[in-house]
Amino acid sequence: MSPRKKSVAKKKAELDQVVTGAIHEVAEEIHGTIRADEQPALSFPIRSLKNVKYDPKVGYFEILGQTSERTLTVNTVKSFAQTLRMMSLSKLLVETDDHATKRDAYYQSKNWAEAKFDEQAESDSVMDDIEAMFSVRGVSREQLRFVPEEHGGAVAGELIVIDQDYDTGEPIEIDCTRFGSGAYTVPSDVEHLEFRTKAKFILAIETGGVFDRLNRHKYWDRANCILVAMGGVPTRACRRFIRRLSESRKLPVYAFVDCDPYGIANIYRTLKVGSGNAAHINRFFCVPNATFLGVMPQDIIDHDLMAATHKLKEVDIKRAKDALKNDPFFKRHMKWKSALKQMLKMGVRLEQQAFALHSLNYVMDTYLPGKLKGRKKFLP
Amino acid sequence: MGHDVLSEKPQLNLFESKNAPGRKPLKRPAPREKVPSSRRKKGGGPLTAEQMGAQQREISVAEFFTKNRHLLGFDNATKALLTTVKEAVDNSLDAAEEAGLLPEITVEISPLKGLAGARSGTNGAGSGKNGDPNAPERFVVAVTDNGPGVIKAQIPKIFGKLLYGSKFHRLRQSRGQQGIGISAAGMYGQLTTGIPTAIISRTGKGRPAHRFEVLVNTQKNHPETVTDEEVEWELDHGTRVEIALEARYQRGKHSVDEYLRQCAVANPHARFVYRAPDGEETIFERGIEDLPASPKEIKPHPYGVELGVLMKMLKTTKATKLKAFLSTDFSRVSLAVASEICDVAGLSQNAWVSRIAREDADRLYQAIPRVKIRKPPTNCLAPIGDEAIKAGLVKEFEPDFVHAVTRAPSVYRGNPFTIEVGVAFGGKLPGDQSVKVIRFANRVPLLYQQSACAIQKALGSVPWRNYGVQHPKGGLPVGPLVVFVHFASVWVQFTSESKEAIAHYPEILKELRLCMQDCGRVVGRHIRRQKRIADAEKKRSYIEKYLPHIGIALQEILDLTDAEREEAFLRLIGILNRSRKF
Repeated sequence: MSPRKKSVAKKKAELDQVVTGAIHEVAEEIHGTIRADEQPALSFPIRSLKNVKYDPKVGYFEILGQTSERTLTVNTVKSFAQTLRMMSLSKLLVETDDHATKRDAYYQSKNWAEAKFDEQAESDSVMDDIEAMFSVRGVSREQLRFVPEEHGGAVAGELIVIDQDYDTGEPIEIDCTRFGSGAYTVPSDVEHLEFRTKAKFILAIETGGVFDRLNRHKYWDRANCILVAMGGVPTRACRRFIRRLSESRKLPVYAFVDCDPYGIANIYRTLKVGSGNAAHINRFFCVPNATFLGVMPQDIIDHDLMAATHKLKEVDIKRAKDALKNDPFFKRHMKWKSALKQMLKMGVRLEQQAFALHSLNYVMDTYLPGKLKGRKKFLP
Repeated sequence: MGHDVLSEKPQLNLFESKNAPGRKPLKRPAPREKVPSSRRKKGGGPLTAEQMGAQQREISVAEFFTKNRHLLGFDNATKALLTTVKEAVDNSLDAAEEAGLLPEITVEISPLKGLAGARSGTNGAGSGKNGDPNAPERFVVAVTDNGPGVIKAQIPKIFGKLLYGSKFHRLRQSRGQQGIGISAAGMYGQLTTGIPTAIISRTGKGRPAHRFEVLVNTQKNHPETVTDEEVEWELDHGTRVEIALEARYQRGKHSVDEYLRQCAVANPHARFVYRAPDGEETIFERGIEDLPASPKEIKPHPYGVELGVLMKMLKTTKATKLKAFLSTDFSRVSLAVASEICDVAGLSQNAWVSRIAREDADRLYQAIPRVKIRKPPTNCLAPIGDEAIKAGLVKEFEPDFVHAVTRAPSVYRGNPFTIEVGVAFGGKLPGDQSVKVIRFANRVPLLYQQSACAIQKALGSVPWRNYGVQHPKGGLPVGPLVVFVHFASVWVQFTSESKEAIAHYPEILKELRLCMQDCGRVVGRHIRRQKRIADAEKKRSYIEKYLPHIGIALQEILDLTDAEREEAFLRLIGILNRSRKF
């Protein structure tokens, strides 16, 4: 066994120790309360935008101290029992070095007789509770061995990803320039990956359509960058991948999404600072290095794209107004406020593929090079 | 019959201006305002008093009715059918009860055979034209009772003459009051079909049964006997009345079906058999075997009389001196109270009654409210009674829980009244709809104008939420609940001439609310008890089902021994059983 492999294995064993220790601690506390003949309780941080604060220096939505208690009563006894059994499942997964998706956990619960979950929605919510509960103790869901089902998006460009053989631990080097018209897929667990690259920045793209065009024309070669297709709101794995890549190689991240409230307030905001619902994990899953390349409302005017716009829908307007009023991130940045207001005033949205109005490769030949010359103008 | 017509102004004037009680009020002088306007304006130029006088003539009550049939509940073809059944059934119930018999009443509605549908033009209800699917059809309504029967000589008058009866001159709680209803129904039938009212009656075993066919002479308000014969009849005693009329039959909220159903609830001592036009037979069996107590007649209470009535009483009294008049013709007026009234009015106690002028009568009238007089006697009221109400509700609604409260009698404007409320909860009653309210005045169901009624207002003011019943703001409570309300009084004050909604007197509203609250509290206790039982059951089953899993999980995580797991489980049972929080 190589020294590197040894250290990796040791690190992993230590981490597992922390996880089982945390589970043990929670169970011990409950057991102690029961032995004292008192009502045991579980405490969860509240997950919503109301329980987060945003400081640009920190770079992501930090969770505040609000918690909710779930005391064991007749009405909570079922989910209380299920939470404990789910914790027990997590401990078993760590001990056997295995993992389970949400769906796996749901099916595992079918062995629990009356305590089984009837719907996956119930098991998902218990899993979210456990994740939140343990995030306070510095343990992530991945460490609890509950892994997301969805994969993390596509990667192409001048990048070597160093993975390892699952059985032997041998390192595997993956060259992201060598997928032809395809791309490297971000795995669900990215914690063990290491990177080697000479690229200058990461371009995080909302849609597969634009990613494919740029990839096929080797835009990553021309611009010396790494392309990542997020496919809508980036998955946790995708966010974590971009975060680790940008942090370990000191690369800026530029987001290129549709010019509409969803692209800005959901996709970009979540990529950069995380979300209210997953506030407890934002510190792992945010990308504070990200800035907003486009499409900005002003770009519609600058690039003469009014003919390619759609009217803002009722839900778009509501989302934009809500962001201006309630979202700590947008409230903190004047530039964003005026951009959103400009969008509302123009009353239109634009998809990133709409540059095809001028010519199919306009986005690659004109728009992106132009934008990249004025990186100072990117929105925070 | 027409039990509440007293509240109608034209009829009221008719009696009180001209006819003393005890005399037959056959004809009325035509007050100027009642002369049809067409007569006044005919002929162009201004008329002299003599010309006008030549045109002024008497109008018979029956004629008046034909022009104002809506006053008696014949406004449309649907209502005409209900009113006809209602008048006949009210009569039957009153008669049987007064004779001390448990009522047994058969109501049959069948299409009139051998004649085509209604002709337009004769359609008194004022709707239907030929070809209109809603056009009224012709029906025969037959109501048979096991009452004491009617003696031969009285049959034509009772059924063929308006304002003939035994109930009007008494201050006593009864269903019918004026003696208009059944003859009016017969007249309506006669007007719309031309067919006379047919009556069969027998007054006892061994006596002959008589069959009459009677028409009302609408000009003279006089019965005209078409047929008078002795017939074979299966009943030992009782009366059968058969009226052919133009009507429209429908089911639902304002239907004959609903009326009889509610009648059966309020009169659980009666048995009803109902045959609908489609031949479907419904039997409402008896819920109890006891007759309700017979209400007593009372004299008027001074607080309830109006000036006109007081003057009329002064004219007709047998007393000669004022003090004696007061103490003998009114209830709750002792000699001492009578003296006090005279003193307050500044009139001599020995003043001759015949010499009391209008001004003096007015002073007397003004003095009455200033003297404290005991509340009127309440034995004139015959409430249905808690047990009977409960029996009626159980019989018709099959609820889980039933409760009823009869309030002590109270008084408004000198009229004694009593409120009874019954509630039926759960069982087959739908839980997602507004509560069903069934209203009764002197045991007669009120089917129309629920929202204008004091009962509805009182119901909304009760804090149902405190009793565990949903109650949207400003609306009726929602839940599997039937609220039965009975208003019993010698004089039911209605909001209008349609006589379907009880007036909003503060005293009445207060009594209604208190009575509903009494019932509501008891229902609330039942609902809470049900919830406690359900909660306890849930607790028990949850403890059984889920607590072991907490033990298992703890054992798995903490590597407990089986004994330790069992101990934790037992302690958890104790903790949950002690916990009040759910």
